[in-house]
Amino acid sequence: MSDLPLIQADHAVASPAPTSPSRGGRGRRLRLLSRTDRVVITLMVLVPLLLVVGLVWLPALATVALSGTDWDGIGPLSEIDWVGGRNYADVVGNYPPFVPAMQHNLLWLAALFVVATPLGMFLAVLLDKEIRGSRFYQTALYLPVVLSLALIGFVWQLIYSRDQGLLNAVLGGQTDWYGDPHVNIWAVLVAAGWRHVGYIMLLYLAGLKGVDPSLREAASVDGASETSTFFRVVFPVMRPINIIVLVVTVIESLRAFDLVWVINKGRNGLELISALVTQNVVGEASRIGFGSALATIMLAISLVFITIYLAVVMREGRR
Amino acid sequence: MSRPRTEAEYLARLVPSSVAGIGRRSLLTGVGAGALLGTGLLAGCGSDSGSGSGGDSKEVSVGSNQSDPQPKAVIAKVMDGFKAASGVAPKINTVDHNTYQENINNYLQGKPDDVFMWFAGYRMRFFAAKGLTGDISDVWGKLSGYSDAFRKASTGDDGKQYFVPSSYYPWAVFYRKSVWKQHGYQVPTTIDQFTALGAQMKKDGLTPIAFADKDGWPAMGTFDILNLRINGYQFHIDLMAGKEAWTSDKVKKVFDTWNGLLPLHQPDSLGRTWQEAAQSLQQKKSGMYLLGLFVAQQFGNDEQDDIDFFTFPEIDPAIGAKALDAPIDGYMLARKPKAEANARKLLEYVGSKEAADITVKNDPTTLVANSGADTSGYTALQKKAAELVGSATEIAQFLDRDTRPDFASTVIIPALQQFIKNPRDIDGLVNSIENQKKSIFTS
Repeated sequence: MSDLPLIQADHAVASPAPTSPSRGGRGRRLRLLSRTDRVVITLMVLVPLLLVVGLVWLPALATVALSGTDWDGIGPLSEIDWVGGRNYADVVGNYPPFVPAMQHNLLWLAALFVVATPLGMFLAVLLDKEIRGSRFYQTALYLPVVLSLALIGFVWQLIYSRDQGLLNAVLGGQTDWYGDPHVNIWAVLVAAGWRHVGYIMLLYLAGLKGVDPSLREAASVDGASETSTFFRVVFPVMRPINIIVLVVTVIESLRAFDLVWVINKGRNGLELISALVTQNVVGEASRIGFGSALATIMLAISLVFITIYLAVVMREGRR
Repeated sequence: MSRPRTEAEYLARLVPSSVAGIGRRSLLTGVGAGALLGTGLLAGCGSDSGSGSGGDSKEVSVGSNQSDPQPKAVIAKVMDGFKAASGVAPKINTVDHNTYQENINNYLQGKPDDVFMWFAGYRMRFFAAKGLTGDISDVWGKLSGYSDAFRKASTGDDGKQYFVPSSYYPWAVFYRKSVWKQHGYQVPTTIDQFTALGAQMKKDGLTPIAFADKDGWPAMGTFDILNLRINGYQFHIDLMAGKEAWTSDKVKKVFDTWNGLLPLHQPDSLGRTWQEAAQSLQQKKSGMYLLGLFVAQQFGNDEQDDIDFFTFPEIDPAIGAKALDAPIDGYMLARKPKAEANARKLLEYVGSKEAADITVKNDPTTLVANSGADTSGYTALQKKAAELVGSATEIAQFLDRDTRPDFASTVIIPALQQFIKNPRDIDGLVNSIENQKKSIFTS
């Protein structure tokens, strides 16, 4: 899960600012392509296109289509009954976990955006200073990202258990970290932040390594302090990676799932949209239609962020 | 059995089904066995003695959800017994318990094993009614040693049998004899005695009733037993089938009674697993615990003799205290088995006295369904549990086996947790359940 943005990050930083080639030059080059080149290019476009359509767009459209049905996952497609918008009406008006799930997703986004992501960035800046033992800190902070989610759930269960957990044993308290719906979302956010910080740190560290050292040198020659060098020079230069970090944060909070699923399957104060989708779709007699309606709502929300991201990236490209 | 017994098993259920590979594995074996059997079955079903060169017809595949080491070993022994008795070698495909359950839908519509393990109750009737499993009324004609209750639990909506019961376990109130002896407690037979006992335990510094509902299902047991005691078996089953309204005064009375008992329950139950609650009983911090027989797993070998139980006391004298939850596990036939003759033979065998005897010898944590079995090897706890179920007038299967699974998991679990959090708003709770029920049961 962490590979893709990392590669993009490296790429985004490594490549120098695009120097716009003259139009005539590009056109001429295209005409110079041999037949083999054209076949290769066509294949290179066509194969990923088919994969994207087959693996992303068709399932997405199928989800939207199924959200208007009451299919239970059994029997041929011909037996599916169309129920129109009833699933959506049920989701909004007749499904108690939905509203808390929306709130929790927003809270998740806010917590990652305001606390975890800046912390990750801060740690990256510190580690970029090549302090002694930075490799060790880097590994330690990145470790949670590498651990399997089952293991993470287990680790935090040992810490948070009310009767037998480490936290209550040390503090001598009786807090029901996982069971009290006013507390458990914060407990989980700590665990989620623990993971997210390491992830952002590594992304950002990769970006920082790619910043041209001469920029800092120039800034220090001009007499700028460390802080103002970072905020006035380094941070603006890292615009592409900042956007990626932002997008990663949004994605992570939208698809936040694994930890709450490990803890209590996303119930009792830990409702998240993704967990509700899974609760409804996975299982022995599934509410595929209802779950699809929830998934479609999630898709619609993601589209807002995707649109913003694409708009930013494309404006970047045009410049 | 149906519940996660260990942390490892609980975690194992988190593996996405696509990764865990029930579909793939069973598909491959199913196709493989099918290819082998396709020719062999036609040629070989004439005589048993034809020990042909290939022996293709000597196979049958079994889908097993018994993924824990001990039950897995027991199943293997039972299957060895079948091999010895019939010469047919069953091929067992074991899948992690929870993965199996979550995939049953796809599994049955794909290429299931000839015989597969499942549960009695609505859960069984649901798939039978959908035509995803085979009619085995003919096998039932050859079975003996089953009470009418078991036969009824194996019968689909159309009156045909679809299920062979193998084992079951009752739900009751468990306690430690030594603790009760120390304080001089008596087994309560009415709800008033029960609450008085709870109050006394509180005075003695014990948590009266251990309680956990982090995983969502244990509280179902409390709802079941209260509903059975207050409104009786038939109302409970009709409520589960969606025929009765959750907004009725009868259901409200169940929640009211529960509300009265909640102060006796261990607090903060929504953050606790049943294992942790059982350990509070084991550590003598709690006085009693309403759970299935599997609670004994949280006790050491030297403590097994110290466990005892009683059935939940009577609330309404007109209803009595003879009904209880005792989920039954067993076997079913695939819709289109590859080796049908062998599969029916196998079903007859797993329902026989011989198979039950093998289970009794090897598994001290479960009860066998066949009354003809030699149960002299039972522990005292098993004997008492068998007596309890034997004397029951009606046997329910547990909430999530008695109603639509989608209703149980997406509506009832959050609703019961909501009730435990805020037991005062019963009207709002039952209205919400009823509205969601209408939406689910009409689809």
